[in-house]
Amino acid sequence: MSDPVITVKDIVTQFGDNRVHDGVSLHINKGEIYGLLGGSGSGKSTLLKEMILLLQPQAGDITILGHSVINSTESERDLLRQRWGILFQNGALYSSLTVAENIAISLKEYTDIPMTLINDIVRMKIDMVGLPAHVKDFYPAELSGGMVKRASLARALARDPKLLFLDEPTSGLDPIGAESFDQLILELRAMLDLTVVMVTHDLDSILNTVDRLAVLARKKVAAEGTLTEVCQNPEPDIKAFFGGKRGQARLHQKNLE
Amino acid sequence: MPLPEHTAEIQAYQDTGYDIALKSKGCWTVNSIQNVVESLAGFCQKYKNSTILWDVSAIEEIDSAGMMVFITYYDHLLTNKCSVTLKGITEKHQRLDTLVRQHSVSALEKNTLPFKNYLLSPFHSLGKWVVGLVTELILFMTFFGESSLIFFKSLMHPSRIRYAAIVKNIEQAGIQALPIVALTSFLIGIVITYQGAVQLEKFGANIFIVEMISISVTRELAPLITAIVVAGRTGSSYTAQLGVMKITEEIDAMKTMGFNPHHFLVIPRILALIITLPLLVFFADIIGIFAGMLISEIHLQLSFSEFLHRLQNVLDMKHVWIGIIKAPVFAVLIAMVSCFRGFQVEKNSDSIGRYTTISVVNAIFLVIACDAIFSVILTELGI
Ligand SMILES: Nc1ncnc2c1ncn2[C@@H]1O[C@H](COP(=O)(O)OP(=O)(O)O)[C@@H](O)[C@H]1O
Ligand SMILES: [Mg+2]
Repeated sequence: MSDPVITVKDIVTQFGDNRVHDGVSLHINKGEIYGLLGGSGSGKSTLLKEMILLLQPQAGDITILGHSVINSTESERDLLRQRWGILFQNGALYSSLTVAENIAISLKEYTDIPMTLINDIVRMKIDMVGLPAHVKDFYPAELSGGMVKRASLARALARDPKLLFLDEPTSGLDPIGAESFDQLILELRAMLDLTVVMVTHDLDSILNTVDRLAVLARKKVAAEGTLTEVCQNPEPDIKAFFGGKRGQARLHQKNLE
Repeated sequence: MPLPEHTAEIQAYQDTGYDIALKSKGCWTVNSIQNVVESLAGFCQKYKNSTILWDVSAIEEIDSAGMMVFITYYDHLLTNKCSVTLKGITEKHQRLDTLVRQHSVSALEKNTLPFKNYLLSPFHSLGKWVVGLVTELILFMTFFGESSLIFFKSLMHPSRIRYAAIVKNIEQAGIQALPIVALTSFLIGIVITYQGAVQLEKFGANIFIVEMISISVTRELAPLITAIVVAGRTGSSYTAQLGVMKITEEIDAMKTMGFNPHHFLVIPRILALIITLPLLVFFADIIGIFAGMLISEIHLQLSFSEFLHRLQNVLDMKHVWIGIIKAPVFAVLIAMVSCFRGFQVEKNSDSIGRYTTISVVNAIFLVIACDAIFSVILTELGI
């Protein structure tokens, strides 16, 4: 588990006068679930957007699956886009398409697979993310929050990506829904050999699923490593993040187990 | 990591002890799998009751789509009573196989697909269409009934009518519509005067242009054209406004707070149009006749004073009244249909567009149909 799938090196990002990242570096290994943590506005989503080619950093470079994000040709970028799946914070399902059509769309557009096979694949993915089969004909508006996340995850998994990006996958879910979603991510990782990068605030999620994590604070990576390593870091920002009442209670619980 | 540019392959060769041997190669992944589907289907057609050796050891990469294809045709061969021996299965294949089988629908379930027959399917869709139409009609009737009920109730208690909303709607539907109504009725006036003038000139009956213009404009054209413009302009905006409120759950919020959406949203719009449309029609009458007067002057050398003098003698007030009386009826139709369609909007991005289009088409159709009924009835009555 030591060859990095994603290497972020000295990223600088600035919106107008607002510098969001000032030399952010981290690396994500193959097969791990990697957590991006940090307070609100610390630039987690921005970093994620830079990884998935939605934003260009002002300086530094990100290498994903051996391709540099900065110096890549458009065809390389297309290739990369085929090899990851993304779960957006609010699902971002296409509201005019049914769940099945949402999942099938990239298969239809980018491959020549016959329709019957696409339908089979779609049904399989729906089952994989734990949705009942009949939701395939539902429109996104007819789904509950948890179902939207699952459907959107099924869409992200449509083409068997090796890399999965999740932006706050459990935010807006009730604790039970969030826990079962965490469980799902763990199962899928084991089944599909995924590497998962997730932005999250959810302490339970961090404790249950994340293998390694980075905490963003003051425009930099305040700490990176496994949860135990990060918790031992004496930096005040880290203390602030895990030191609150909720954090302490959870960590304590975890240690008892 | 190899890039998914590789292709999937399957080849048949002879091997002792088996009727046929298959060798799979390459990347059996979602990007390349379509290469083998056809040949696999071919094999499944060809081999029944055979012994088959299937060598999968040369598969470099396989994902769930590839495994799905493999499983589909492997099972197909088994149902063909072939005995298939697999060679070179890795532990990873095994895991993926279990995974895909666990999550895919069994063949039995697939066979319960909805009934489809190409001979009967036109009837099927016709039936569906008719049922859909009848349902819509019933829904519209219900809506019409509910709105009318609340309409009459609010007439009983005039203090509860939402006057502010009505005034706002009158401004949007009436005053802001003046330029476009003026332009269209002016152009219509020009068109019919030109057409009429050419014919009348042949008979030297220039002066009859006045009857022609004034009666056709006031009785038929002005109400119809104005109603069509209003249906396109105001009808579509009513549908879109209510549709957005439906999507943002404002309408649900109103209901839970005990505000009847008919009372708050529909009635003011209907009343506003009932007040506005007759006024717009009268305005269009004047502009249309004025355009006729202008063209008569230019083309038929009929002076303004001659035109006006004749107009006073020949234009019965009844024609003007008929045109104006139609207007509130059209107004009710337009407002009802567009509000009805607005309430039908669903929670997805293209349904506003769809229902707005339907609403305008429906409203224009209803206006024209209603106008035809008016014509028949009034002519039969000899008015
Ligand atoms: N498109 C943008 N334009 C300007 N500023 C932005 C933009 N996107 C994000 N920012 C700023 O970048 C900072 C980090 O935002 P974000 O990455 O969304 O934080 P979070 O860690 O909460 O996901 C915020 O201060 C935000 O105002
Ligand atoms: Mg964010």
